[in-house]
Order: sequence, then C-alpha cells, then structure tokens
Amino acid sequence: MPPKLLELDRVSFAYPKPAGRRAFALSDVSLEVGAGEIVGVIGPNSSGKTTLIRLLTRVLEPASGEIRLDGASVRRLERTELARRVGVVPQSAPAECPFNVGELVLMGRYPHGPGRYFESRQDHAAARAAMEATGVLELADLPLDHLSGGERQRAFIARALAQEPRLLVLDEPTAHLDLRYQVEVASLLRRLHRERGIAILLVSHDLNLAGEVCDRLMLLAGGRAAATGSPEVVLEESLLSSVFGCDVVVDKGEPGRRPLVRLTWRA
Amino acid sequence: MSPAKRLALVLAVLAAALLVTGAVALFVGSAAISPRAVLNALAGRAAPESVERVVTLSIRLPRILVAVLAGGALAVAGVAFQALTRNPLAEPSVLGVTSGAAFGVVIGQSVGLGWTFLEAAGLTAFAFAGALLAAGLVYLIAAIGRELSIQTLLLAGVIVGIFFSAAITVIISLLDLNRLGGVIHWLLGNLAPIPPRALAVFTLCAAVGFWLVARRARELNLMALGEETALLLGVGAERLKLTIFVGAALLTASVVAFAGPIGFVGLIVPHALRMLLGSDNRLLVPASLVGGGIFLLLADTLARNVVAPAELSVGVITSLCGAPFFVYLLRTRYRANL
Repeated sequence: MPPKLLELDRVSFAYPKPAGRRAFALSDVSLEVGAGEIVGVIGPNSSGKTTLIRLLTRVLEPASGEIRLDGASVRRLERTELARRVGVVPQSAPAECPFNVGELVLMGRYPHGPGRYFESRQDHAAARAAMEATGVLELADLPLDHLSGGERQRAFIARALAQEPRLLVLDEPTAHLDLRYQVEVASLLRRLHRERGIAILLVSHDLNLAGEVCDRLMLLAGGRAAATGSPEVVLEESLLSSVFGCDVVVDKGEPGRRPLVRLTWRA
Repeated sequence: MSPAKRLALVLAVLAAALLVTGAVALFVGSAAISPRAVLNALAGRAAPESVERVVTLSIRLPRILVAVLAGGALAVAGVAFQALTRNPLAEPSVLGVTSGAAFGVVIGQSVGLGWTFLEAAGLTAFAFAGALLAAGLVYLIAAIGRELSIQTLLLAGVIVGIFFSAAITVIISLLDLNRLGGVIHWLLGNLAPIPPRALAVFTLCAAVGFWLVARRARELNLMALGEETALLLGVGAERLKLTIFVGAALLTASVVAFAGPIGFVGLIVPHALRMLLGSDNRLLVPASLVGGGIFLLLADTLARNVVAPAELSVGVITSLCGAPFFVYLLRTRYRANL
C-alpha cells in the first residue's frame, strides 16, 4: 500500500508551562489524510486543533511520535519543500497588511524559487490561476485593507493555492465570517477539491461546516482524539454533549444527507 | 508593467534627480565661484592651487559623495528596521541605534583612532559594536514573548538613546578640551570631507550592509504577514532577522563613524517613497538607497547655504524636518495601531 499523503503517528506535544497557566497539549494523536481526501479536525476551543497544524507545518516540533508526508518525516524536509506540499490558510492575518491581493497571492510562490528577486512568468501564471479559482482575480489590485471578511479569506486561500500544494490546511476558515460567507467558503472548498483533487485538512469548531464538507472527522478533546470516523459516527449526540459540555441534538436527516447539529437552549 | 521594469524605471528617474541635485550642490556654496570656474575646475583646466580647484574638487565634490552615501545608507537602514520590527516608525535614530554607534565612535576616538585605512576600519568596528549593543538592548527591553509592541519598542529606543547620549557626554568631559570642538560638530551630524582612505572604508561597509538587506528584500515582504506565516512559506525567519539586524546596524554604524549621528533620514525617505511606490521592499530598498542620497544632499546643500558664510550641521536640518514628520505619521497614518 502506498504511504498516505499525511500521517500523524502517535504525536504528543506540550507547551512549556508558564507559571499558573494551563499548558495546552496534544497526547498520542494519530491521523491519516489520503491524497484527495477531505478530513476535518473538530473540537472545543483549546482542544489542540491549532497546535496540530503548527506541528505538521514544523512551527513546533513534537515531543514524541512522528509526522510524515508521503512516508518521509517532515523533520527531514526543507522548509521550502514543505511549503511546496502543504499550504496553510492561517486563522488570523495581521490587522494591517500593506499589500494588495495580487501581491499577497504572489507571495505564495516564494517556496518555488526562494532565490529569485522577482517572480517568474510561471509564478505569475500560477498566482493568476489561484485567484481565478477563488474568484478574487478582479480584486487583484485592491489593498487587502479594503476587502470584506469573505473576500479577505478567499484572498488568503488563493495565496495558499498559489503554493500548488497537495494538502491545503485551513485553520477556522469561517471563524469571523457572516453566514453568507460561511456558505461561500464551504462551497469553494468543495469545488477546489472536485476540480483540483487537492486534499484538505479543515480545522474548525463549526461542527456543521465540518460535517457538511468532510469525508472523515477527528474530534479532539483536551488534546486527545475522542473519536475518529465518518461524520455520521463522530457527530453523535452523547459524545458531543460530553465533549462540548452542553446539550446538543443531532438531526440525522434522510439517508444520503449529512447529520446536522443543533444546540438545545435551556430556559 | 513587470516589477523588474518598474524598478528599472524608478531607479532611472531617481538617478536623474540625483544627478541634478548633485550638479546644484556642486555649483552653489559660500565661496563665490562662478559656474564657469567650477566647470573649468571639473575639466581640469584650473590652476593647481587655485581657489576654484580646491573648493570644487577637494571640498564640494567629496562632501557630495559623503552626503549621497550617508543618506542612502541611512534610508536603507530605515527600511530594514521598519520591516524587521514590523513597526512603521522604527528608524536608526528613533531606535537609539545611532546613539549606540556614536558612543562606539567616541570610545574609538578617545583611544586615538584616526583616518588611516586600518584606523578608519577600527572606528567603524567600534561604531558597529555600539550599534549592536544599543539594538540588542532595545530588543531585550521591548520583547515581550514573541511580540514587539509598537509603543514599547519606540519607548525602549528613546530610553536607550538617552542613556548613550549621556554616556557620550561623560566621555567627552574627560577628553582633552582642545579636541572638543571637533567632536561636538561631528555629534550634530557633519558631512565634512573625509580622506579618500576613510571614504573607501565607508563605501565598503555601506555596500556590505546594503547587500545583506537588499538580497533578502523579498523575504522582508513575507515577514509583513507575520513571522509564523513567513515560516509556513519557507522563510527561515530567525536567520533572516539576524541578517537584516546585522546589515542595518552596519549601515548605521558606517554613517555614524564618518558623518556623525544624523537622525530621521531613515524615516522620511522610506515613507515618502512608500507613498509613491507602495510597500514592496524589492522596490523600496534600492529606491531608498538613491532617494536617501538625494534627500541628504539637498539637506546638506541647504545647511551650507542657508546661514552662509557660517554653516549648519546637516543633522540639524534632518531633525528639524524629521521630528514634525514623525508627529505627522503618529497622528494620521498610524494612530489606529497605537
């Protein structure tokens, strides 16, 4: 069997503990993402979701366990090599960013020619294709500060796509977005997956977004994998209620439709 | 237009402006010499010891070279510090780096370093050590976790600057009184002609500093997205920061060693160019080299002529322009972030 695109093999990590603060950690987390698969990581705040991303992109080094891309440990990869395979859309972009959309997207080409002073013609073509795919081509000359939240998010997705990665990682892509943009991002992700065959790792606390878009889910709770499997298996009432600490109802719906999680409000 | 063509066009325009400014600076001055006499001196047709020859070739021309070099180096150091700290108001003098370098130079002078090639290099080394010391102190004071807050960084820079200025005063008080006049003139920023050997050391150090900064200009753009995002795109952020830090300190140190602590060039020039060209450091770094030269040459020509036959120190002019400019930036463009 060929190695999976991404494998996390019993990965553990602890932040150095500042006095009096809780140290967030991951313990013994295993996860696989196959080529062209969409996998979601869900869980409450501070359950370790963002830490997971920082580990697989080598911002942090795991205390134990191994993370492999195409069977090779990420530790042995050059940072530029890693950036050509994995594109990350971060949760928060800097408040003030002095560049326009086109310049931002071109930055995604850095790992393809780090020694170049200016981008090549291929770089410009790849950036253009990425902007077309996310529908921000007509915004290319606008400064980032002039964009709506949804447009900004699509610009950052375009930057990650310009890296031409095989795995796209999104950290809370709908966190600060209006409902309309949440739907927009969800359909964009599905389309990218369909048209480009790109694998996606979606990290979100939005259970319905993850349930709707992903083939498989991992539910993190307190740094451990509470459940892994299809949305039907993971989005389960008693499991979610205990992990999130509130009552939820899951509408299983008709066969062929994804489960839908609802909060139940207490009087 | 492709970025490479745009850069070439920008540099061509700036170079033309520099030539014009240089020509003006060559023809005006407190010594009344006719344009024809200056041209004669330039063409080598003036008598060997004639006034026009000495003034044009031994006073004005070297002074123009020092002004262009110092202005360019300070402006590039400004861009570098702004990108490095992600702080639009950072600049060698605001950050206290200039004062640190000046402290190093005063120490060097007090042990008797002069203008031979080796001594000039030694003086630059003292300035460089002082610049690194000051910048390191500012960083230690201002760094809270991984973040450098804009306000804390500026305050730390001011505090470190005050400290080194006081230290300089202590050393000067201990120095021979006969040498005091020269030191004070230098401390205000002074583009007096320096011997060719010293000019060679200056050029060499500034060139190395420029090269360290300019070839990482693309990575500096990525740093604007935040260090972690730059890392995710494959930029070795730690190494980049160290290179830029060393490059900017070297640029500042070489200027301070040979022209004194001239303030605010690194603030005024990059911001003026940013308004015209945008924030791409690949344009901004080379453009600042030429633009800084133009600005300081203009300032120095003003300093030489505005109170003729006496002359002002060029640092006085740049500070008189720079301080209001700093306030303007603080009150308008960056108010929201502070």
